[in-house]
Amino acid sequence: MKRTMTCIECPQGCRLEIEADGARLISLAGHKCNRGASYARQEIEAPTRTLTTSVLTRGLELKMLPVRTSAPIPKEKLFEAMQAVRRITVTSPVREGSVIAENFLGLGADLVACRPLEAL
Amino acid sequence: MAAALAARAAGVKDVLLLERDQHLGGILNQCIHPGFGLHHFKEELTGPQYADRFVRQVREDHGIEVSLRSFVVRLTRDRELSYLRPGALEEVKAGAVILATGCRERTREMIPIPGSRPAGIYPAGLAQKMINMEGWIPGTEAVIVGSGDIGLIMSRRMALEGVKVKGVIEIQAASRGLVRNVVQCLEDFSIPLYLRHRISAIHGRDRVEKVSIVRVDDGMKDIPGSGFEMDCDTVLVSVGLIPENELLEMAGADIDRKTNTPVAEKVNLTSVPGVFACGNACRVYDLVDWVTRDSSLAGRMAAEYLGAAPERPEELT
Repeated sequence: MKRTMTCIECPQGCRLEIEADGARLISLAGHKCNRGASYARQEIEAPTRTLTTSVLTRGLELKMLPVRTSAPIPKEKLFEAMQAVRRITVTSPVREGSVIAENFLGLGADLVACRPLEAL
Repeated sequence: MAAALAARAAGVKDVLLLERDQHLGGILNQCIHPGFGLHHFKEELTGPQYADRFVRQVREDHGIEVSLRSFVVRLTRDRELSYLRPGALEEVKAGAVILATGCRERTREMIPIPGSRPAGIYPAGLAQKMINMEGWIPGTEAVIVGSGDIGLIMSRRMALEGVKVKGVIEIQAASRGLVRNVVQCLEDFSIPLYLRHRISAIHGRDRVEKVSIVRVDDGMKDIPGSGFEMDCDTVLVSVGLIPENELLEMAGADIDRKTNTPVAEKVNLTSVPGVFACGNACRVYDLVDWVTRDSSLAGRMAAEYLGAAPERPEELT
């Protein structure tokens, strides 16, 4: 089946023309770089997204700590991941890149801090 | 920060960086989504990560003095500055001044949305700060006005936080945001985008109860009979940004009344010699990478104005 999709890898937003048979990519056109090719394949086989959100802190200089997954996670796990994030409270100072939850939900990506936060 | 670092690299000895917030980084601190730095750092960072890379460089440079919680209240044509910091009013005279004061959000009052004035109507960027930095969720069912990048990003953010986002209302025929944001913020979460529609009224006494929406034609006139209503308790208004240039105006510079940007022949310049403007204060950017690029240029322009020369190691004879 032929269809088009918009690449979301970078702000250029290339329009990709895709031919796929279920979860198998047959042909691809319209991408301006290699990221587009790997995005199309991933999106057909198993779409993933990087989750960014913020978690509650206690005793740190800001009320919320911005966090992200260290790698994209399956798109259908986003809401489950948000549920898990809500149960986390960060209480010790962190640096940018500090791991907040290792192998988050067993998805193979860590939840990491996006900025340093000192104690109050 | 980019301007300060570039000015230092171009030979300026003494840089004072004034920030009114308690942290460096400005708006990047609340932009926790990814998409920053693909050009400048060749990797995809979130706003706080992008800011942190610059904070670290600034902190390492002993020629840059950082003064936080410092609010500039006066700027003159001769580059005299007054600023308030906790417990003191300071005055400095600068050789050159670079204004990186960013933007304000346009508000509901700046576009005609008739109706009552209940609680629950927020500029989208304010809602972003509330959710991402304060941990407050502004409502349970939301309608977003305007499909610029901030409106799109906030649609996704609210959806992730469990808010029912009923739709994004855009008066134009196409979204003003990046295509990737329409895809990853709306399509991923099945949020409908109503192009060529506008909110004709907001209803509610104490809290927003619903909005009236109407389709418009090519001339942006309401199409009779096309109206419908949407129940919601929250309306986010994302209808553009206005550069913040009050200090520049105070210094007597020419300001374009329509865009609120400095009137000058080149990017970063103002009509006052030795006073430069960069980033969103100079023009509204859609990518932070270009803000960095142009702000670095502003730093070098200021250095050139001051007649600074990069430090070179002593030549051996």
